[in-house]
Amino acid sequence: MLKKRIIPCLDIKDGKTVKGVNFEGLIDAGSPVELAKRYADEGADELVFLDITATIEKRKTLADLVEVIAKEINIPFTVGGGINSLEEAATLILRGADKVSLNSSAVKRPELIQEIAGQFGSQCVVVAIDTKFTNGEWKVFVSGGRIETDLKTVDWAKKVEALGAGEILLTSMNSDGTKNGFEKSVLKEVIQVVNIPVIASGGAGSKEHFKEVFEETNVSAALAASVFHFGEISIPDLKMYLKMNNISIRTTL
Amino acid sequence: MIVIVDYKMGNLGSITNIIKKVGYQSVVSSDVEVIKKATKLILPGVGSFDKAMQNLKELELIGALNEKVIIQKTPILGICLGMQLLGNYSEEGNVSGLGWIDAEIKKFQLKSFPELKVPHMGWNEVLIPNSHPLCENLPDPSRFYFVHSYHAVCKNQTNVLMKTHFGYDFDSAIHEDNIMGVQFHPEKSHKFGMQLIKNFIEKC
Repeated sequence: MLKKRIIPCLDIKDGKTVKGVNFEGLIDAGSPVELAKRYADEGADELVFLDITATIEKRKTLADLVEVIAKEINIPFTVGGGINSLEEAATLILRGADKVSLNSSAVKRPELIQEIAGQFGSQCVVVAIDTKFTNGEWKVFVSGGRIETDLKTVDWAKKVEALGAGEILLTSMNSDGTKNGFEKSVLKEVIQVVNIPVIASGGAGSKEHFKEVFEETNVSAALAASVFHFGEISIPDLKMYLKMNNISIRTTL
Repeated sequence: MIVIVDYKMGNLGSITNIIKKVGYQSVVSSDVEVIKKATKLILPGVGSFDKAMQNLKELELIGALNEKVIIQKTPILGICLGMQLLGNYSEEGNVSGLGWIDAEIKKFQLKSFPELKVPHMGWNEVLIPNSHPLCENLPDPSRFYFVHSYHAVCKNQTNVLMKTHFGYDFDSAIHEDNIMGVQFHPEKSHKFGMQLIKNFIEKC
């Protein structure tokens, strides 16, 4: 049976991990490569690197970093954050990223999904959707969640699938950072209308939250950042817990 | 010399990297003269079946590969699309495959499983019914990373090396003599992937 995936997300700025990472035994806690290796060895099923560096000249750092990560880890990884063109996506994929994640740039220019999927295949394209419940419906937000769009989340999800996205990373801004659990209602709505895997994001605070989201929705994966970085949940513990609760999960021996 | 056949179907860096990780060097090449010198061949690939066969033809590699694999019996490992090319033909395209293993490549038929999404993407269990040098020191089941929409169906069970369940059981690794193919990505499958690559280099 296909396993549900657990995905730590690392925020990167200028080639360094941003969020204070509270891990013992890392040579350089700010090194995304060290952290990535640690997560891969602990049983993370995939990794997401989100680059929050704004400037173009720093982008080169990201491509260099991707190449080092690809050399050091042998699980799949996604790179996202400010990818605006096929050229930028191609650079990251050719330097070793398995997938790229698009967010605001896909809303601005939806054909970008088609262009990348056309050249590298749908399995390379993750569309990240930031969503918030406002005025009685789930809407899409862009620019790091600052700007509301006219798009309804389910409509946008259907559209990105039609354009060739291979996966949707759905972050509920209502629950992000709250540690109160994943927002299952919007996940269910989106899963119902698309045929591609959906990754749950935003709100993970405990092992139970992962269990609930896997039990109550058909998400393919769950993503979290701070609970892993601060050691509040360890991946081996989480996976053991999910396995004991009969969630189909990959455990490393 | 381990040669990774480069026929312009996808990024080969991760395969070079995992070979390095298990302690060996490899050469990425589309040069017939280099392929002729190989002691081990890896046929990777991501993309469409017809395009892959067309590229092999345009690079004039099919003759050299037939010579190496069928006449000289050089061990070869097909990965993902590279495994599918070992078969006779694919429902994905109209062009014949290499035809080295009596298998057809079929699209997942999952109408009765609406909860399953295609492509089959992620980590799944791989059952290893029989012992084989490629599977040494791998637990049964093992877990590997998959990304694909088509899968092999062997005519003869003797060609089935591993099986995986996704809606139904499919042949996730196939073999015949010196020819081996895996549908999953060992280069993205952490410990078990490293073990499999090590086995291919050292035992096959």
